[in-house]
Amino acid sequence: MARFLIGRLWQSIVLLLLVSLIGFMVLNLAPGGPLSQYALTPGMTKEALDRIAEQMGLNRPLPLQYLDWLWKLVQGDWGRSFRDNRPVLEVINSHLYATLLLMGASTLLSMLIGGWIGIRSAIRQGSAFDYTMTVVCFVALSIPTFWVGLVAIFIFSLRLGWLPAGNMYTVGDGSLGDVLVHLILPTCVLALVNVAIWARYMRAATLEVVNQDFVRTAHAKGLAPRRILMKHIVGNALLPMITLAGMQLPTLLGGALVTETVFTWPGMGRLFLDSLGYNDYPVVMGLLMFSAILVLVGNLLADLLVAFVDPRIRLE
Amino acid sequence: MSDTLSPATPRRRFGKNRAVRRFMNNPLAIAGLLMVLGLTAACFLGPYLLPFDEFYIDLRARFAPPLTGAHIFGTDPLGRDIAARLFHAGQVSMMVGFLAMVISTVIGTVVGVVAGYRGGWTGTALMRLVDAFLSFPSVFLLLTLAAFIKPSPMMITLIIAFTSWMEVARIVEAEVKSVREREFVMAARMLGLSNGWIMFREILPNVMGPIVVAATLTVARSILMEAYISFLGYGIQPPLPSWGNMLNGAQQYLAAAPWLAIVPGLAITIAVTGFNFIGDGLRDALDVRSHNG
Repeated sequence: MARFLIGRLWQSIVLLLLVSLIGFMVLNLAPGGPLSQYALTPGMTKEALDRIAEQMGLNRPLPLQYLDWLWKLVQGDWGRSFRDNRPVLEVINSHLYATLLLMGASTLLSMLIGGWIGIRSAIRQGSAFDYTMTVVCFVALSIPTFWVGLVAIFIFSLRLGWLPAGNMYTVGDGSLGDVLVHLILPTCVLALVNVAIWARYMRAATLEVVNQDFVRTAHAKGLAPRRILMKHIVGNALLPMITLAGMQLPTLLGGALVTETVFTWPGMGRLFLDSLGYNDYPVVMGLLMFSAILVLVGNLLADLLVAFVDPRIRLE
Repeated sequence: MSDTLSPATPRRRFGKNRAVRRFMNNPLAIAGLLMVLGLTAACFLGPYLLPFDEFYIDLRARFAPPLTGAHIFGTDPLGRDIAARLFHAGQVSMMVGFLAMVISTVIGTVVGVVAGYRGGWTGTALMRLVDAFLSFPSVFLLLTLAAFIKPSPMMITLIIAFTSWMEVARIVEAEVKSVREREFVMAARMLGLSNGWIMFREILPNVMGPIVVAATLTVARSILMEAYISFLGYGIQPPLPSWGNMLNGAQQYLAAAPWLAIVPGLAITIAVTGFNFIGDGLRDALDVRSHNG
């Protein structure tokens, strides 16, 4: 177990370094680079800009600059927002909760529905249900999420007037019930795509287990079909799902961000888009790095969880 | 001389036909093919059948709902015909999607073949790089690059390709790794052929199936990505229409003119669904074992 842990941790650190390298390269693509903030100040001269560049160490070789940037990143100094001068990590932190709420709610919903569809399709492989669901999932995976959001707003908010069209709470309210009502529409829209992903994976995972010997043994022993399904089949099919959940994290996060932009949900996606609009590069870069780190940590946790649950992996 | 009964050619043709037949017997694949062909025909031939071009402004018919006179899909806030813009936008969106697919498939294939064949440190380093790129939610990476770089249609295409080559690389690497150990590769090595020749003339043709499948799915993904960043205003810039930027601004007229949002969205959905169906049909027809579910 210890060897597995160390190996997996080492892998994550290497990935983190590569991720930071990509992030640094992207940062240097920004128009005006890190100096753009000052270049827009009225009355700024070329000499003054050069002086600031020297103070910020921007005339040093790129590898040195990278190491400096990385060291600050590790220490938690991610720069300050151009917009309100708050530390970047603080700004991100104030939007993190909304994104996690949306992601969590929709993942829970889509895992339940997707899991059910996947298992049912697998044990009735080739049935009308299986076939219909395959087509439905394909279409759900192809429809642009943001467009579904628009259509959902049109139907449920504008035409029927049942649900609010955006934001997380009504100004002056903000009670739990209020937030939940605002949560329904974005959660369902985001879940539509995620249900399709889970259903397809769950179907494949279940199919792999259904035909194995221990399932036949269980049938031969005369166990109740329901008990075999729930305990033997689903239990084993869920294992690869943990790893897949980790691997799907960038997609899930990306989907949440897209949904947020349509529903003006005050999470990281909304923050990202606002920051892009204001040329607030420190926050943009911070979000880019933060989301990648979030994904890496999620992957690591998924792998550790699998190793914890499944002894076969630990012993390898 | 009998040219009908030569034993070599029919067998070869039979092998090829089997894939075609399997594809043709798959209703979803055919549906996808029809969707894509129909949409392509509409986008490239449709403009000749319409009385308007995409820039014509009909001031008396602003916000006309679908089926008003000759405006079959209605008009936009400026009084431009939506059908004309939709077809022209389709040319742009599909070209972007197709070109982005070509570029990202080439990058992904080269990285995948080299990583899979070389293995060792080179392979590990390349594949870790792929993992690192995949750690970023592609929407974020795409939007950041699009905002930083001056957006021209070619630049947008390159950016989309730059953020979507990793899947292909992963698939190709896994395939090449398994092909590398086969006898014909060993034979090629013993003949003293160069590594470049073995990689791209011996191994590559044997992993074409998965590449074709991945490429088809990449077209679908690229069209989706272009639509999203153009919808947010960072992609294809007006007056050049694309399906995505037709949706930009549709949100504020959602109550008054829902067709502004519905028509381009449907076009995107049909195109993406079509390419996904074709990709899946090809996967079955070419007998590609799916590596990711």
